[in-house]
Amino acid sequence: MDGLMQFIFSGLTVGAVYALVALGFTIIYNASDVVNFSQGEFVMLGGMITVFTFEAGLPLPLAAVVAIAVTAGVGVALNKLAIEPARGAPVVSLIIITIGASILIRGASQLIFDKQLHRFPAFSGDEPLQVLGATILPQSLWVIGGALLVFVALWLFFTKTLTGKAVLATANNRLAAQLVGINTNYVMTLSFALSAAIGALAGVLVTPITLVGYDVGVGLALKGFAAAMLGGMGNPKGALVGGLLLGLCEALTAGFLSSQYKEAVAFVIILAVLFVMPQGLFGRKSTERV
Amino acid sequence: MNMQSKWTQIAILVALIVILPVFFPSGYYYRVGALIFVNALSVVGLVILIGFAGQISLGHAGFAGIGAFSCALLPVHFGLHPAIAVLVGALLSALIAGMIGRPILRLQGYYLAVATLGFGVLMSMVLTNERELTGGPDGMRVADLGLREVLRDMGLKLSGGEFWYAMCGLVLVIGVWVALNLYNSPTGRAMRALHGSEVAARTVGIDVASKKLQAFVISAIYASVAGSLLALQNGFITPDVAGFMHSIEMVTMTVLGGVGSILGAILGAAILTLLPQVLTVFAEYEQLVLGAVMILVMIFLPRGLLPSIAAKLRGRGE
Repeated sequence: MDGLMQFIFSGLTVGAVYALVALGFTIIYNASDVVNFSQGEFVMLGGMITVFTFEAGLPLPLAAVVAIAVTAGVGVALNKLAIEPARGAPVVSLIIITIGASILIRGASQLIFDKQLHRFPAFSGDEPLQVLGATILPQSLWVIGGALLVFVALWLFFTKTLTGKAVLATANNRLAAQLVGINTNYVMTLSFALSAAIGALAGVLVTPITLVGYDVGVGLALKGFAAAMLGGMGNPKGALVGGLLLGLCEALTAGFLSSQYKEAVAFVIILAVLFVMPQGLFGRKSTERV
Repeated sequence: MNMQSKWTQIAILVALIVILPVFFPSGYYYRVGALIFVNALSVVGLVILIGFAGQISLGHAGFAGIGAFSCALLPVHFGLHPAIAVLVGALLSALIAGMIGRPILRLQGYYLAVATLGFGVLMSMVLTNERELTGGPDGMRVADLGLREVLRDMGLKLSGGEFWYAMCGLVLVIGVWVALNLYNSPTGRAMRALHGSEVAARTVGIDVASKKLQAFVISAIYASVAGSLLALQNGFITPDVAGFMHSIEMVTMTVLGGVGSILGAILGAAILTLLPQVLTVFAEYEQLVLGAVMILVMIFLPRGLLPSIAAKLRGRGE
């Protein structure tokens, strides 16, 4: 079992990215009941914009901040231009709108940037660290640390701040939230900005390890969506656990069974969980209103 | 779109299929037409699933993959005639849909979406990874149906394009006829009832689980036959046929034209099949345009193209 630690490390790194994407799904779903399939494109934009502003001469931290800010802007635009006008549309229409948005963003980045793979230097060098008999890249620690930090920050935001509670109230019942004076439109805008920023952050953190190209978003969106569903849609804790679990399963399958079928195992697990627990690991049970 | 005018709809469809070739500037357009009919066939299946029964599937390309590779593999390994392979593929799809359908269809909304998506992804992964059997991402050759030669011997000379245009058109008309019959049958009415409200449907004695399953199995057969026809007419098939993007394309076509309307769905299939052909000059902008079309139609014509336009015309007429 020599490789075990090694696979766990790589699983946690990938899992942390899935968890960040899943958290992004969760925030938007909570605020608007929309599953945003273009969530993966936010990760791509975060990586791509950082690469191009960095190569244009900006220092790396500043480039990252620019990327996160611009992506947050894209998130807000997505809400204003595509989601809000379709309020109340059936699930299928919303799925098509957000998938359309993802294709649109991909098509635009292919024109604005290019079709090559890119990377920028890791934050703390590329010298692997020795931990518990396995090696880990310093950048992996940045990714895992970043995911945990975002999770804690979100938890504080939702439980300790008035704005965070307003988001939760809107998620629970939009009309009731409006009645007690919550600006639900502002909450929507905020959720999309936050979700896009988290996605972009994931892109910034992981690009030095996995590289970024205009088409990396689809795969990430599928995995993040699966992770969020695995944990139970709308539950931040579920998103974190689902993401890490998915990453670990993939890495262990690739290590011990077959690297070709590593992604298959993730979906097999999701199907199995949904068969037994139709609401996901941490989801609430709901009933249909007649 | 009024479903009761069954024969009117079939007549419109047949008339279009027969008359359109008059305007074809070259033989190439027969190929495009055949492709539209194949896509339309799987979309009619999805109208039954999404439009009648109100269930979503993001993995139906998986069934198209089963149909396509049945046609490719069975003649090589078991010496079956390709026409028999189409039927075996459809049967296999129905069996698999029946097996996975029961647990999957207990799920609702986004959970159903991710479960069907999972099935589709698994299917395409198997087809991509089993290189020795399926040729992997490079794909494999598909045997000829042989019917064109039979027709030629009988004195009916058709080009490849013309033959497949007629063949796929015929299968599409049959598929539409079956779907329209289903719409007004007790089963179809039960499906539409559970679409409205599952609880209400259950109270009036409808076996909700089995009706959902029937819709799922029927739509899987449509997708499978469409996949087979695609493989046969191209003489070549890659695992892309089972890919996630193909599933999305199918659902988009269904919703674009009008999810409750069969002719609308065919219109949706035609538009999305033609779009890349029209945009070949602007290949770089294809994704941009496709994404924008998907968003704009869903926002401004939420019921889909045909029903929205029909409603507008009717409103003006009265």
